[in-house]
Amino acid sequence: MLKIENLHATVGDTEILKGLSLEIQAGEIHAIMGPNGAGKSTLAYALGGRPGYEVTAGSVSFNGTDLLDMDPHERAAAGMFLGFQYPVEIPGVSNLQFLRESLNSQRGERGEEALSGGEFIKLAKEKAALLKMDMDMLKRAVNVGFSGGEKKRNEMVQMGILDPTLAILDETDSGLDIDALRTVGSGINAIMRQPDKAVLLITHYQRLLDEVQPDYVHVLAGGRIVKTGGPELAQQLENEGYEAIAEAA
Amino acid sequence: MTLAQPLPTQKDEAWRYADLKAVETIWQAVDAPEPIIVDAGQSAQQLLVLESGDARMRQLHVVLEEGARMDLACLAFAPAYGRIEIDIDVASGAHFEMGGAIVGSGEQTLEIVTRVNHHAPDATSHQTVRSVLAEKATGSFLGKITIARDAQRIDAEQSVKSMLLDRGATANAKPELEIYADDVKCAHGATVGELDKQALFYMASRGLDPQAAKRLMLHAFVAEAFVDVAADTDGVEEQALAALEALL
Repeated sequence: MLKIENLHATVGDTEILKGLSLEIQAGEIHAIMGPNGAGKSTLAYALGGRPGYEVTAGSVSFNGTDLLDMDPHERAAAGMFLGFQYPVEIPGVSNLQFLRESLNSQRGERGEEALSGGEFIKLAKEKAALLKMDMDMLKRAVNVGFSGGEKKRNEMVQMGILDPTLAILDETDSGLDIDALRTVGSGINAIMRQPDKAVLLITHYQRLLDEVQPDYVHVLAGGRIVKTGGPELAQQLENEGYEAIAEAA
Repeated sequence: MTLAQPLPTQKDEAWRYADLKAVETIWQAVDAPEPIIVDAGQSAQQLLVLESGDARMRQLHVVLEEGARMDLACLAFAPAYGRIEIDIDVASGAHFEMGGAIVGSGEQTLEIVTRVNHHAPDATSHQTVRSVLAEKATGSFLGKITIARDAQRIDAEQSVKSMLLDRGATANAKPELEIYADDVKCAHGATVGELDKQALFYMASRGLDPQAAKRLMLHAFVAEAFVDVAADTDGVEEQALAALEALL
């Protein structure tokens, strides 16, 4: 589904990703772990197409098409979802309006018909219930006045509504208490654990991986993947720390 | 009745951002301020949208009697030079609510000038102005609030925000408070900014195309101006949104 080859990316004048390669098949959940500054968020933003994150070499293909050739909104329409570490507040724009326009913009890009107001509300209610989010929160302005945990929960509701084939989740677990972590974890499983979907979880900690079992765990250090293993690698990282493992690799 | 007054100059505070050449072309033909008196205990609504043309100017003189309320929505987007100027006298227990929007592009110069005169105690006024300026447009809000010595327990508020879409655009915001009473609440805030790039990327990452994302943000921004105006502002908002559409 996603094939990253020898990806180099710079932010400003600094090269952050230095030849990262990774392949994800449909039905798989991959976790990327790594210390601060390893390039985890840069990977997420480069894949999302954020301005200022410049890919200088390498290729990324998404379901056979050149991802790097697409604008950010086209990547979303092609089925990619980027969950933000710090979801952005948009004053005056209600969650429901935002999501309905986003979904219909994606559907338009794919040549599908727009959802009616009624169809959309039904869908939104279903996904909000799955993530245990009050419908009133969906009527409020996007992320405005939300706590850190509520913002992350909102990201997952948005993911449920937009129904992507590939989710790249950048530290979705940070800022969550244990109950919220469980809810978000079971939300990811319910929405994304399917044979035709895939997830790239970017995280610091083992905790989320207890809820969402990855098929592969990668260690990112110095802008490259230095080690790949199964779920047991996450446990090893938790016990031994990044430094030991990055050095041994 | 026309104004038998000398043409203003750049030295006049209230005219320092005006396009005086444009003003000159209409000065002799401008009507005297239109008086609006809201009787004690009554409320009134007023919508004011400048028409298109080379130069347009509208002046109101609003008198709010005891316990009266005026809700005013005004919009400047159409003329090359446009000026809305409002004088308000606020009596005891009265409330003045104003929402104003400026949407400009090209070389337009658009301004809203208000002078709120709190001459009596226990009254309130609330003004919200939102400007969106593109290309080389200039948008100005000059808002003066005067609170007389005996006008205690006044609550007067001004919120002014401007959004610049291009480097050549200019926003002027000039709040001016003249307060002689000692027991008053007077708040004013003014910001000038650009479209939030982070928010634009966030919206794009959800599938919104750049134009739709800009539209949503600008609509929300301008709509803020009219949120507290207790009048049917749908028509005014629609015109403001149509003007925004031309900037996308």
